[in-house]
Amino acid sequence: MTIDAWLQAAIADARSRGLPALEPLLHVLARAMRELREADLNDDASR
Amino acid sequence: MPAVDLDTLTIESFAERLRAGELTAEQVTDLCLQRIADGNPRLNAFILVMADGARRQAREADRELAAGVDRGALQGVPISVKDLIDVAGTSTTAASRVRDGHVARHDAPVVAALRTAGAVVIGKANLHEFAFGTTNEESAFGPARNPHDPSRSPGGSSGGSAAGIAAGMALASLGTDTGGSIRIPAAACGIVGLKPRYGEISADGVVPLSRRLDHVGPLARTVTDTALVYRALRGHPRPTSPPPVPVSTLHLGVPRSYFCDVLDAEVRARFDEAVERLRAAGARIDEVAVRHAALIPATYMHLVLADAAAFHAHTLASMPERYSSGVRARLELGRYVLAEDYVRALDTQNVLRREVDSALAGRDALLLPALPIPAPLLGATAVDINGIQEPIRNLMLRLTQLFDLTGHPAIAMPAGLTSAGLPCSIQLAGADTETLLPVARACEPQITGPLPQPRSG
Repeated sequence: MTIDAWLQAAIADARSRGLPALEPLLHVLARAMRELREADLNDDASR
Repeated sequence: MPAVDLDTLTIESFAERLRAGELTAEQVTDLCLQRIADGNPRLNAFILVMADGARRQAREADRELAAGVDRGALQGVPISVKDLIDVAGTSTTAASRVRDGHVARHDAPVVAALRTAGAVVIGKANLHEFAFGTTNEESAFGPARNPHDPSRSPGGSSGGSAAGIAAGMALASLGTDTGGSIRIPAAACGIVGLKPRYGEISADGVVPLSRRLDHVGPLARTVTDTALVYRALRGHPRPTSPPPVPVSTLHLGVPRSYFCDVLDAEVRARFDEAVERLRAAGARIDEVAVRHAALIPATYMHLVLADAAAFHAHTLASMPERYSSGVRARLELGRYVLAEDYVRALDTQNVLRREVDSALAGRDALLLPALPIPAPLLGATAVDINGIQEPIRNLMLRLTQLFDLTGHPAIAMPAGLTSAGLPCSIQLAGADTETLLPVARACEPQITGPLPQPRSG
Protein backbone atom coordinates (compact mmCIF):
# COMPACT_ATOMS: atom_id res chain seq x y z
CA MET A 1 0.00 0.00 0.00
CA THR A 2 1.39 3.40 -0.90
CA ILE A 3 1.53 6.07 1.78
CA ASP A 4 -0.87 8.31 -0.15
CA ALA A 5 -3.42 5.50 -0.55
CA TRP A 6 -3.03 4.59 3.09
CA LEU A 7 -3.50 8.19 4.19
CA GLN A 8 -6.67 8.65 2.13
CA ALA A 9 -8.15 5.42 3.45
CA ALA A 10 -7.16 6.20 7.04
CA ILE A 11 -8.66 9.69 6.96
CA ALA A 12 -11.89 8.34 5.49
CA ASP A 13 -12.04 5.63 8.12
CA ALA A 14 -11.38 8.09 10.96
CA ARG A 15 -14.15 10.38 9.69
CA SER A 16 -16.58 7.48 9.37
CA ARG A 17 -15.82 6.56 13.00
CA GLY A 18 -16.49 10.09 14.21
CA LEU A 19 -12.81 10.88 14.81
CA PRO A 20 -12.01 13.79 12.46
CA ALA A 21 -9.49 15.10 15.00
CA LEU A 22 -7.22 12.24 13.93
CA GLU A 23 -6.57 13.79 10.52
CA PRO A 24 -3.60 16.00 11.49
CA LEU A 25 -2.11 13.13 13.50
CA LEU A 26 -2.45 10.82 10.50
CA HIS A 27 -0.47 13.33 8.44
CA VAL A 28 2.26 13.24 11.11
CA LEU A 29 2.27 9.43 11.00
CA ALA A 30 2.44 9.55 7.20
CA ARG A 31 5.59 11.67 7.42
CA ALA A 32 7.10 9.17 9.85
CA MET A 33 6.21 6.29 7.49
CA ARG A 34 7.91 8.11 4.63
CA GLU A 35 11.05 8.65 6.70
CA LEU A 36 11.27 4.96 7.56
CA ARG A 37 10.56 3.81 4.01
CA GLU A 38 13.08 6.20 2.45
CA ALA A 39 15.86 5.44 4.93
CA ASP A 40 19.12 4.13 3.48
CA LEU A 41 19.07 1.11 5.74
CA ASN A 42 16.11 -0.65 4.17
CA ASP A 43 16.55 -4.09 2.64
CA ASP A 44 16.77 -4.50 -1.13
CA ALA A 45 15.63 -7.96 -2.24
CA SER A 46 17.45 -7.58 -5.57
CA ARG A 47 20.84 -7.46 -3.85
CA MET B 1 16.19 17.21 67.84
CA PRO B 2 18.00 19.34 65.22
CA ALA B 3 15.76 20.84 62.57
CA VAL B 4 15.12 18.92 59.38
CA ASP B 5 15.16 20.88 56.12
CA LEU B 6 13.08 18.94 53.61
CA ASP B 7 14.32 21.19 50.80
CA THR B 8 17.83 19.80 51.11
CA LEU B 9 17.39 16.45 52.88
CA THR B 10 18.76 13.55 50.85
CA ILE B 11 18.39 9.84 51.50
CA GLU B 12 22.11 9.70 52.18
CA SER B 13 21.95 12.39 54.88
CA PHE B 14 18.67 11.01 56.27
CA ALA B 15 20.28 7.59 56.72
CA GLU B 16 23.29 9.07 58.53
CA ARG B 17 21.20 11.28 60.80
CA LEU B 18 18.72 8.50 61.53
CA ARG B 19 21.51 6.28 62.78
CA ALA B 20 23.07 9.17 64.73
CA GLY B 21 19.76 9.65 66.54
CA GLU B 22 19.33 13.15 65.12
CA LEU B 23 15.95 12.39 63.57
CA THR B 24 13.41 9.59 63.31
CA ALA B 25 11.62 8.07 60.36
CA GLU B 26 8.31 9.00 61.95
CA GLN B 27 9.38 12.63 62.31
CA VAL B 28 10.46 12.94 58.67
CA THR B 29 7.39 11.09 57.41
CA ASP B 30 5.19 13.48 59.39
CA LEU B 31 7.05 16.44 57.89
CA CYS B 32 6.57 15.06 54.37
CA LEU B 33 2.87 14.48 55.06
CA GLN B 34 2.58 18.06 56.28
CA ARG B 35 4.28 19.26 53.08
CA ILE B 36 1.78 17.25 51.07
CA ALA B 37 -1.14 18.66 53.05
CA ASP B 38 0.15 22.20 52.52
CA GLY B 39 1.37 21.93 48.93
CA ASN B 40 -0.67 19.29 47.15
CA PRO B 41 -3.74 21.48 46.61
CA ARG B 42 -1.47 23.74 44.54
CA LEU B 43 0.90 21.20 42.91
CA ASN B 44 -1.39 18.14 42.59
CA ALA B 45 1.62 15.85 42.77
CA PHE B 46 -0.24 13.08 44.61
CA ILE B 47 -3.34 11.16 43.57
CA LEU B 48 -3.44 9.19 46.82
CA VAL B 49 -1.78 10.01 50.14
CA MET B 50 -1.31 6.92 52.32
CA ALA B 51 -0.85 8.79 55.59
CA ASP B 52 -1.88 6.11 58.09
CA GLY B 53 0.09 3.36 56.41
CA ALA B 54 3.12 5.60 56.01
CA ARG B 55 3.13 6.56 59.70
CA ARG B 56 2.78 2.90 60.66
CA GLN B 57 5.68 1.89 58.38
CA ALA B 58 7.82 4.75 59.70
CA ARG B 59 7.23 3.76 63.31
CA GLU B 60 8.08 0.17 62.41
CA ALA B 61 11.32 1.35 60.77
CA ASP B 62 12.24 3.25 63.94
CA ARG B 63 11.37 0.25 66.12
CA GLU B 64 13.42 -2.13 63.99
CA LEU B 65 16.44 0.13 64.02
CA ALA B 66 16.21 0.53 67.80
CA ALA B 67 16.11 -3.26 68.05
CA GLY B 68 19.26 -3.58 65.94
CA VAL B 69 17.55 -4.55 62.66
CA ASP B 70 19.26 -2.36 60.06
CA ARG B 71 17.92 -2.77 56.52
CA GLY B 72 20.23 -0.14 55.08
CA ALA B 73 19.91 3.31 53.60
CA LEU B 74 16.26 3.17 52.57
CA GLN B 75 14.98 2.17 55.99
CA GLY B 76 12.33 4.68 57.02
CA VAL B 77 12.68 6.77 53.84
CA PRO B 78 9.39 8.26 52.54
CA ILE B 79 9.05 7.29 48.88
CA SER B 80 6.18 7.86 46.47
CA VAL B 81 5.11 5.47 43.72
CA LYS B 82 3.87 6.57 40.30
CA ASP B 83 0.22 5.61 40.10
CA LEU B 84 0.93 3.26 37.21
CA ILE B 85 2.55 0.75 39.58
CA ASP B 86 0.61 -1.68 41.75
CA VAL B 87 0.55 -1.12 45.51
CA ALA B 88 -1.52 -3.83 47.17
CA GLY B 89 -4.95 -2.70 48.36
CA THR B 90 -4.97 0.56 46.38
CA SER B 91 -6.29 1.46 42.97
CA THR B 92 -3.67 1.74 40.23
CA THR B 93 -5.48 4.55 38.47
CA ALA B 94 -2.95 5.27 35.70
CA ALA B 95 -4.52 8.76 36.06
CA SER B 96 -7.45 7.51 34.00
CA ARG B 97 -11.18 6.98 34.51
CA VAL B 98 -10.72 3.80 32.48
CA ARG B 99 -9.29 2.25 35.65
CA ASP B 100 -12.23 3.18 37.93
CA GLY B 101 -12.82 0.40 40.44
CA HIS B 102 -9.44 -1.28 40.02
CA VAL B 103 -7.76 -2.49 43.20
CA ALA B 104 -4.30 -4.06 43.10
CA ARG B 105 -4.20 -7.42 44.85
CA HIS B 106 -0.42 -7.52 45.15
CA ASP B 107 2.51 -5.16 45.34
CA ALA B 108 4.46 -4.92 42.10
CA PRO B 109 7.89 -6.56 42.58
CA VAL B 110 9.52 -3.11 42.63
CA VAL B 111 7.24 -2.01 45.48
CA ALA B 112 7.93 -5.26 47.31
CA ALA B 113 11.65 -4.56 46.92
CA LEU B 114 11.21 -1.12 48.46
CA ARG B 115 9.32 -2.61 51.40
CA THR B 116 12.04 -5.22 51.91
CA ALA B 117 14.54 -2.36 52.05
CA GLY B 118 12.41 -0.73 54.76
CA ALA B 119 11.13 2.22 52.72
CA VAL B 120 7.93 4.02 53.68
CA VAL B 121 5.39 4.13 50.83
CA ILE B 122 3.87 7.56 51.34
CA GLY B 123 1.48 7.74 48.38
CA LYS B 124 0.70 7.39 44.70
CA ALA B 125 2.02 10.10 42.41
CA ASN B 126 0.13 11.84 39.61
CA LEU B 127 1.10 11.17 36.00
CA HIS B 128 0.12 11.79 32.41
CA GLU B 129 -2.79 9.44 31.71
CA PHE B 130 -1.48 5.92 31.04
CA ALA B 131 2.02 7.45 30.82
CA PHE B 132 1.13 8.49 27.27
CA GLY B 133 2.32 12.09 27.34
CA THR B 134 5.15 14.30 28.49
CA THR B 135 3.50 17.22 30.27
CA ASN B 136 1.19 15.64 32.87
CA GLU B 137 -1.64 17.84 31.59
CA GLU B 138 -3.91 14.95 30.64
CA SER B 139 -4.74 13.33 33.97
CA ALA B 140 -8.17 12.37 35.25
CA PHE B 141 -7.08 14.00 38.51
CA GLY B 142 -5.99 17.28 36.95
CA PRO B 143 -2.50 18.36 35.95
CA ALA B 144 0.45 18.18 38.29
CA ARG B 145 2.35 21.45 38.49
CA ASN B 146 6.00 22.40 38.62
CA PRO B 147 7.19 23.55 42.08
CA HIS B 148 9.61 25.99 40.43
CA ASP B 149 6.69 27.74 38.71
CA PRO B 150 3.19 26.29 39.16
CA SER B 151 2.07 27.81 35.86
CA ARG B 152 4.43 25.33 34.20
CA SER B 153 4.41 21.60 33.58
CA PRO B 154 6.54 19.37 35.81
CA GLY B 155 7.25 17.26 32.73
CA GLY B 156 5.91 13.80 32.31
CA SER B 157 4.79 11.30 32.37
CA SER B 158 6.15 10.84 35.92
CA GLY B 159 5.37 14.49 36.66
CA GLY B 160 3.85 14.01 40.11
CA SER B 161 6.86 11.94 41.15
CA ALA B 162 9.31 14.69 40.24
CA ALA B 163 7.19 17.57 41.53
CA GLY B 164 6.74 15.80 44.87
CA ILE B 165 10.48 15.34 45.36
CA ALA B 166 11.33 18.89 44.32
CA ALA B 167 8.72 20.18 46.78
CA GLY B 168 9.99 18.07 49.70
CA MET B 169 6.96 15.78 49.83
CA ALA B 170 9.06 12.61 49.45
CA LEU B 171 12.76 11.83 49.25
CA ALA B 172 12.44 9.63 46.18
CA SER B 173 9.89 8.14 43.82
CA LEU B 174 9.44 5.14 41.57
CA GLY B 175 8.70 6.15 38.00
CA THR B 176 8.54 4.64 34.55
CA ASP B 177 10.27 5.68 31.35
CA THR B 178 9.11 4.61 27.87
CA GLY B 179 10.27 7.65 25.89
CA GLY B 180 11.81 9.69 28.69
CA SER B 181 9.13 9.72 31.38
CA ILE B 182 11.61 9.54 34.27
CA ARG B 183 14.30 11.82 32.82
CA ILE B 184 11.99 14.49 31.34
CA PRO B 185 10.26 15.37 34.65
CA ALA B 186 13.53 15.04 36.53
CA ALA B 187 15.00 17.61 34.14
CA ALA B 188 11.97 19.92 34.34
CA CYS B 189 11.95 19.84 38.16
CA GLY B 190 15.70 20.03 38.83
CA ILE B 191 16.25 16.57 40.29
CA VAL B 192 17.93 13.32 39.19
CA GLY B 193 16.17 10.58 37.22
CA LEU B 194 17.65 7.21 36.31
CA LYS B 195 16.39 4.97 33.53
CA PRO B 196 18.19 1.68 34.16
CA ARG B 197 19.17 -0.69 31.36
CA TYR B 198 16.17 -2.32 29.70
CA GLY B 199 14.97 -5.44 31.46
CA GLU B 200 17.09 -5.28 34.60
CA ILE B 201 14.24 -3.97 36.78
CA SER B 202 10.97 -5.89 36.72
CA ALA B 203 8.04 -4.13 35.05
CA ASP B 204 5.55 -6.69 36.34
CA GLY B 205 2.63 -5.07 38.13
CA VAL B 206 3.09 -1.92 36.03
CA VAL B 207 0.41 -0.82 33.54
CA PRO B 208 2.28 -1.04 30.23
CA LEU B 209 2.59 1.61 27.56
CA SER B 210 4.93 -0.45 25.36
CA ARG B 211 6.32 -3.61 26.91
CA ARG B 212 9.30 -3.51 24.55
CA LEU B 213 10.21 0.03 25.68
CA ASP B 214 8.95 0.34 29.28
CA HIS B 215 11.57 0.82 32.01
CA VAL B 216 11.05 1.25 35.77
CA GLY B 217 13.49 3.39 37.74
CA PRO B 218 14.05 5.93 40.50
CA LEU B 219 13.83 9.70 40.79
CA ALA B 220 15.58 11.42 43.69
CA ARG B 221 17.59 14.53 44.58
CA THR B 222 21.09 13.22 43.91
CA VAL B 223 22.89 10.55 41.93
CA THR B 224 23.79 8.82 45.20
CA ASP B 225 20.13 8.67 46.21
CA THR B 226 19.03 7.29 42.83
CA ALA B 227 21.79 4.69 43.10
CA LEU B 228 20.57 3.64 46.53
CA VAL B 229 17.00 3.16 45.27
CA TYR B 230 18.20 1.46 42.09
CA ARG B 231 20.27 -1.03 44.04
CA ALA B 232 17.36 -1.75 46.39
CA LEU B 233 15.21 -2.45 43.32
CA ARG B 234 17.93 -4.82 42.13
CA GLY B 235 17.66 -6.68 45.43
CA HIS B 236 20.83 -5.53 47.16
CA PRO B 237 20.16 -6.39 50.81
CA ARG B 238 21.84 -3.25 52.21
CA PRO B 239 22.22 -0.88 49.26
CA THR B 240 25.18 1.45 49.08
CA SER B 241 26.11 3.97 46.42
CA PRO B 242 29.08 3.24 44.15
CA PRO B 243 32.02 5.62 44.69
CA PRO B 244 32.74 8.14 41.93
CA VAL B 245 35.55 7.53 39.49
CA PRO B 246 38.14 10.33 39.11
CA VAL B 247 36.88 12.92 36.63
CA SER B 248 40.33 13.09 35.08
CA THR B 249 40.00 9.49 33.93
CA LEU B 250 36.70 10.02 32.13
CA HIS B 251 36.30 9.79 28.38
CA LEU B 252 32.93 11.18 27.28
CA GLY B 253 31.38 11.46 23.84
CA VAL B 254 29.08 14.34 22.88
CA PRO B 255 26.65 13.56 20.04
CA ARG B 256 26.12 17.15 18.90
CA SER B 257 24.55 16.41 15.54
CA TYR B 258 20.77 16.06 15.99
CA PHE B 259 20.94 16.19 19.82
CA CYS B 260 22.18 19.80 19.95
CA ASP B 261 20.44 21.00 16.78
CA VAL B 262 17.25 22.27 18.45
CA LEU B 263 17.95 23.73 21.90
CA ASP B 264 16.68 26.69 23.86
CA ALA B 265 19.52 29.24 24.05
CA GLU B 266 19.86 29.06 27.84
CA VAL B 267 19.70 25.25 27.87
CA ARG B 268 22.48 25.27 25.26
CA ALA B 269 24.53 27.69 27.38
CA ARG B 270 24.20 25.52 30.51
CA PHE B 271 25.12 22.41 28.51
CA ASP B 272 28.18 24.06 26.99
CA GLU B 273 29.21 25.26 30.47
CA ALA B 274 28.87 21.71 31.80
CA VAL B 275 31.07 20.39 29.00
CA GLU B 276 33.70 23.04 29.69
CA ARG B 277 33.65 22.41 33.44
CA LEU B 278 34.16 18.70 32.92
CA ARG B 279 36.93 19.36 30.43
CA ALA B 280 38.58 21.78 32.86
CA ALA B 281 38.42 19.06 35.53
CA GLY B 282 40.40 16.79 33.26
CA ALA B 283 37.75 14.76 31.44
CA ARG B 284 38.51 13.89 27.84
CA ILE B 285 35.53 14.91 25.72
CA ASP B 286 35.15 14.40 22.01
CA GLU B 287 32.34 14.42 19.49
CA VAL B 288 30.56 11.27 18.38
CA ALA B 289 27.79 10.54 15.89
CA VAL B 290 24.65 8.43 15.92
CA ARG B 291 24.32 8.22 12.16
CA HIS B 292 20.62 7.48 11.90
CA ALA B 293 19.52 9.72 14.78
CA ALA B 294 17.08 11.54 12.50
CA LEU B 295 15.04 8.32 12.37
CA ILE B 296 14.56 8.18 16.14
CA PRO B 297 11.14 9.91 16.28
CA ALA B 298 9.66 7.90 13.40
CA THR B 299 10.94 4.65 14.89
CA TYR B 300 9.68 5.48 18.36
CA MET B 301 6.30 6.63 17.05
CA HIS B 302 5.63 3.40 15.18
CA LEU B 303 6.55 1.16 18.09
CA VAL B 304 4.88 3.00 20.94
CA LEU B 305 1.69 3.85 19.03
CA ALA B 306 1.07 0.30 17.87
CA ASP B 307 2.08 -1.33 21.16
CA ALA B 308 -0.18 1.02 23.13
CA ALA B 309 -3.07 0.57 20.70
CA ALA B 310 -2.84 -3.20 21.09
CA PHE B 311 -2.91 -2.98 24.89
CA HIS B 312 -5.85 -0.55 24.88
CA ALA B 313 -7.88 -2.11 22.04
CA HIS B 314 -10.59 -3.55 24.28
CA THR B 315 -11.21 -0.40 26.34
CA LEU B 316 -10.93 1.87 23.30
CA ALA B 317 -13.91 -0.03 21.94
CA SER B 318 -15.87 -0.40 25.18
CA MET B 319 -15.30 2.89 27.03
CA PRO B 320 -13.64 5.43 24.72
CA GLU B 321 -15.29 8.36 26.50
CA ARG B 322 -13.30 7.61 29.66
CA TYR B 323 -9.99 8.56 28.04
CA SER B 324 -8.87 12.16 27.83
CA SER B 325 -9.21 13.35 24.25
CA GLY B 326 -5.50 13.64 23.46
CA VAL B 327 -4.58 10.23 24.85
CA ARG B 328 -7.52 8.62 23.08
CA ALA B 329 -6.44 10.23 19.80
CA ARG B 330 -2.89 8.91 20.10
CA LEU B 331 -4.17 5.43 20.96
CA GLU B 332 -6.55 5.47 18.00
CA LEU B 333 -3.68 6.61 15.78
CA GLY B 334 -1.79 3.46 16.68
CA ARG B 335 -4.49 1.35 15.05
CA TYR B 336 -3.44 2.69 11.65
CA VAL B 337 0.21 1.60 11.83
CA LEU B 338 0.95 -0.88 9.04
CA ALA B 339 2.81 -4.12 9.72
CA GLU B 340 5.56 -3.46 7.19
CA ASP B 341 6.34 -0.10 8.78
CA TYR B 342 6.31 -1.63 12.25
CA VAL B 343 8.90 -4.15 11.02
CA ARG B 344 10.97 -1.30 9.59
CA ALA B 345 10.83 0.38 13.00
CA LEU B 346 12.01 -2.81 14.71
CA ASP B 347 14.90 -3.07 12.24
CA THR B 348 15.81 0.59 12.74
CA GLN B 349 15.71 0.06 16.50
CA ASN B 350 18.43 -2.57 16.08
CA VAL B 351 20.49 -0.24 13.89
CA LEU B 352 20.24 2.54 16.49
CA ARG B 353 21.27 0.12 19.23
CA ARG B 354 24.41 -0.80 17.31
CA GLU B 355 25.17 2.86 16.58
CA VAL B 356 24.94 3.77 20.29
CA ASP B 357 27.18 0.79 21.12
CA SER B 358 29.70 2.10 18.58
CA ALA B 359 29.52 5.64 19.97
CA LEU B 360 30.19 4.24 23.44
CA ALA B 361 33.12 2.07 22.37
CA GLY B 362 36.19 3.18 24.33
CA ARG B 363 34.17 5.82 26.18
CA ASP B 364 32.65 5.88 29.66
CA ALA B 365 29.43 7.59 28.62
CA LEU B 366 27.67 9.84 26.17
CA LEU B 367 26.98 13.38 27.38
CA LEU B 368 24.04 15.35 26.01
CA PRO B 369 21.25 17.64 27.23
CA ALA B 370 18.25 15.88 28.76
CA LEU B 371 15.50 18.30 27.77
CA PRO B 372 15.81 20.89 24.94
CA ILE B 373 13.69 23.48 26.72
CA PRO B 374 12.95 24.56 30.29
CA ALA B 375 9.63 23.37 31.73
CA PRO B 376 6.90 24.57 29.34
CA LEU B 377 3.84 26.55 30.35
CA LEU B 378 0.78 24.39 31.00
CA GLY B 379 -1.51 24.60 28.00
CA ALA B 380 1.23 25.52 25.53
CA THR B 381 1.48 23.34 22.42
CA ALA B 382 4.51 24.95 20.79
CA VAL B 383 7.52 26.98 21.84
CA ASP B 384 9.75 29.36 19.90
CA ILE B 385 13.31 28.22 19.34
CA ASN B 386 15.45 30.46 17.15
CA GLY B 387 12.36 31.95 15.54
CA ILE B 388 10.74 28.61 14.73
CA GLN B 389 7.63 27.32 16.48
CA GLU B 390 8.47 23.78 17.62
CA PRO B 391 5.77 21.33 18.88
CA ILE B 392 6.30 20.74 22.58
CA ARG B 393 5.57 16.99 22.50
CA ASN B 394 8.30 16.44 19.89
CA LEU B 395 10.76 18.57 21.84
CA MET B 396 10.10 16.90 25.19
CA LEU B 397 10.87 13.45 23.78
CA ARG B 398 13.66 14.43 21.41
CA LEU B 399 16.71 13.78 23.57
CA THR B 400 15.55 10.87 25.71
CA GLN B 401 13.64 8.41 23.51
CA LEU B 402 16.78 7.06 21.80
CA PHE B 403 17.87 5.24 24.94
CA ASP B 404 14.44 3.70 25.43
CA LEU B 405 14.72 2.34 21.91
CA THR B 406 18.25 1.01 22.47
CA GLY B 407 17.84 -0.02 26.10
CA HIS B 408 21.02 1.75 27.24
CA PRO B 409 20.90 3.14 30.79
CA ALA B 410 20.65 6.92 31.01
CA ILE B 411 20.50 9.42 33.85
CA ALA B 412 19.34 13.04 33.87
CA MET B 413 20.88 15.41 36.42
CA PRO B 414 20.58 19.13 37.18
CA ALA B 415 22.90 21.50 35.33
CA GLY B 416 22.06 24.99 36.50
CA LEU B 417 19.13 27.32 35.99
CA THR B 418 17.81 29.67 33.36
CA SER B 419 17.64 33.40 34.09
CA ALA B 420 14.00 32.80 35.09
CA GLY B 421 15.09 30.24 37.67
CA LEU B 422 13.97 27.16 35.75
CA PRO B 423 16.12 24.02 35.94
CA CYS B 424 18.30 22.82 33.08
CA SER B 425 19.57 19.27 32.91
CA ILE B 426 22.20 17.11 31.26
CA GLN B 427 22.02 13.43 30.49
CA LEU B 428 24.63 10.69 30.62
CA ALA B 429 24.07 7.38 28.82
CA GLY B 430 26.29 4.34 29.21
CA ALA B 431 26.67 0.69 28.44
CA ASP B 432 25.76 -0.61 31.86
CA THR B 433 23.92 0.93 34.82
CA GLU B 434 26.50 -0.10 37.42
CA THR B 435 29.31 1.52 35.46
CA LEU B 436 27.22 4.58 34.54
CA LEU B 437 26.47 5.50 38.16
CA PRO B 438 30.12 6.11 39.22
CA VAL B 439 30.54 8.26 36.10
CA ALA B 440 27.42 10.26 37.00
CA ARG B 441 28.66 10.65 40.56
CA ALA B 442 31.97 11.98 39.24
CA CYS B 443 30.24 14.49 36.94
CA GLU B 444 27.58 15.63 39.41
CA PRO B 445 29.66 18.04 41.54
CA GLN B 446 31.16 19.57 38.41
CA ILE B 447 27.84 20.45 36.82
CA THR B 448 25.09 20.49 39.43
CA GLY B 449 26.13 23.02 42.04
CA PRO B 450 23.66 23.67 44.85
CA LEU B 451 20.36 21.82 44.60
CA PRO B 452 17.80 23.92 42.70
CA GLN B 453 15.32 25.27 45.23
CA PRO B 454 11.71 25.78 44.14
CA ARG B 455 10.77 29.39 44.71
CA SER B 456 7.25 28.34 45.52
CA GLY B 457 7.88 24.93 47.09
